[in-house]
Amino acid sequence: MNTPALIMMVTVEVIVTLLTGWFFYKVLTIKPKQEPDSFSENDDVVR
Amino acid sequence: MASNTESWGSRVGLVLAMAGNAVGFGNFLRFPVQAVQNGGGAFIIPYLVSFLVMGIPLLFIEWSSGRYGGKYRHHSTPFILQTMDKRWIWKYVGVFGIFSNIAIAAYYCYMESWTMSYIIHSVIGTFDGMSQGAVAGFFTNYLDVNTSTTGIPYEALVFFVLCIALNTWILSRGISSGIEKVAKIGVPLLIVFGIFLAVKGITLKAGHNGAVNDGTVGLNFLWTPDFSSLANPKVWLAAAGQIFFTLSVGMGSIQCYASYLKKKDDVALNAMSAGWMNEFVEIVLGSAIIIPIAIGYLGIDKVVELTNIGGLGLGFRTMPYLFEQWGPILSAVAGTAFFGLLFFAGITSSLAMGTPGMGFMMDEFKWTRKKSAVAFGVVVMLLGLPTIFFFSQGVFDEYDYWAGTISLVVFALLESILFAWIFGMKKGWREITSGADIKVPLFYRFVIKYITPVALLLVFFGALIRPVNDDWSQLSLRGWKLHNESIIGQLQHKGLGPNTHWFSNSFYAEASGVVDSVYRTGSKHFIRTSAVDSKGQLKSRVYQYEPLKHQLVVEENDVVMAGQAVYTGNVVNRVFYLDMARLLLLSVFLLISLLVYFAWNKRRREGRIRR
Repeated sequence: MNTPALIMMVTVEVIVTLLTGWFFYKVLTIKPKQEPDSFSENDDVVR
Repeated sequence: MASNTESWGSRVGLVLAMAGNAVGFGNFLRFPVQAVQNGGGAFIIPYLVSFLVMGIPLLFIEWSSGRYGGKYRHHSTPFILQTMDKRWIWKYVGVFGIFSNIAIAAYYCYMESWTMSYIIHSVIGTFDGMSQGAVAGFFTNYLDVNTSTTGIPYEALVFFVLCIALNTWILSRGISSGIEKVAKIGVPLLIVFGIFLAVKGITLKAGHNGAVNDGTVGLNFLWTPDFSSLANPKVWLAAAGQIFFTLSVGMGSIQCYASYLKKKDDVALNAMSAGWMNEFVEIVLGSAIIIPIAIGYLGIDKVVELTNIGGLGLGFRTMPYLFEQWGPILSAVAGTAFFGLLFFAGITSSLAMGTPGMGFMMDEFKWTRKKSAVAFGVVVMLLGLPTIFFFSQGVFDEYDYWAGTISLVVFALLESILFAWIFGMKKGWREITSGADIKVPLFYRFVIKYITPVALLLVFFGALIRPVNDDWSQLSLRGWKLHNESIIGQLQHKGLGPNTHWFSNSFYAEASGVVDSVYRTGSKHFIRTSAVDSKGQLKSRVYQYEPLKHQLVVEENDVVMAGQAVYTGNVVNRVFYLDMARLLLLSVFLLISLLVYFAWNKRRREGRIRR
């Protein structure tokens, strides 16, 4: 690959991958809000 | 009586469902073709700028207005928009958010059904030993509903009905037990399939298995920046258009999914996570599959030629042949992975298209989820049939243009004005940041208020008055020639040539040329005329005729001029099918508007509207 193409590809793909990973990591790790929240799987009582 | 009190099972499920909604065929088939046609690596600059100033703001607007409407138990855009401003017009603007989903689902499910069929054909080895022409011909035959490629009569129709039945069944199971479960399986699987194919694509070696180029030649071609293209408005409009369609904004499905969130729950981080996940699939995976593999086997010139017929052609007419070069077992695996990833990309989107209409019927007319899902399936099937039976007459493309392109731009433009200027940025910003798990940069308040509506206006006017050859330098007060695909050009049926009447006694040549072939494929008869264009390229036109109804008035080697009769008899012109398709779409829009009117009256009678 030529240098400009390689720089463009690597820069863009690294930034996009890191941001995707970072936001999804936050989604996975942020503490759930106090009940009642929007999600049924973490409810104490089955609806 | 039913009440729409469903919820998402988990936050991860919601984000994957939203990402699945956004990830579609376009990520793998449209994006790389757009990049190739618009400056290669430089295309990514306007593309990312559009994502930042138009994509992310629209995600914030749609997520937060959906959650806002959900507080009032609205799960579709007509009454979500009405809660944001009491003026009557907004509930009819919100009709776009149901209409476009249903109309897009009608042809999208058809494409989804192709992937189901192609998975089976890849597994049973239908493409084994086929030439490139035979694989392309297979797709043409597949689209001809009267031709069976497997011995199953009306195969395209059978797979279409199966696909709709599957969508209906999943939708009838509900948000968390249906849509969310499919997203939790489908999105990770499509990423795995995508990684497998991307690795195969990038590691292609010239000389192995018939490859003529390394996989990196395709990447080089795709990513080499042509910075001069940044000065071309066409490139910016193409990038803005791609961002628009890839994120599934302007459809009403994001609002519907977000309406099942509670007031205190986050929308900002969820929107960013789902949006960036779509970008990862599009930029990282989407760019590393069809272009590197196709250039690896066919070379750059051939692929440039193929990209002119669009990503769909490249994906379905060419990829099975290229996978065949990897041997029978690996080709079956690659075919299953490729069409499998397209299938999961498709179904996670088509399921999202089902929810706004269903949500509306459940909210307003107290239908059960099952009844709403069946009604959605039946409507989509009926609306989809013309795209199958009259595919070659352009009905499929007509749906895609009006429902899948223009409606989205119009709706997004209006909703951004409502959110930023009528609902107001004070309340709007509060909605975006309320419960947010990330700090939303303050400049987005400015971007949402000024930049996004202006960008959308530019996209809309760009589509309205697009000049021929995308040459924006010819714009002047004295007028300019419009592109056939501009909105005005489409309304005027530009590009259809002299055959402007629904019915006529003669069919006239659309362009000048020499009749170089009168031939038959299967049961169909064709005349082909060819001429060399101003760029020195041979351009052909193919006209279908029916020997029992039509009499040819030209023969091979005749020179025909544009507007000269090619055959006579009872002719039903393409313009008839296109106008009928438009009429059908307009009827659906009006019918939904009528339902909204009934629902509003019902609410008034029940005292649920304060006047």
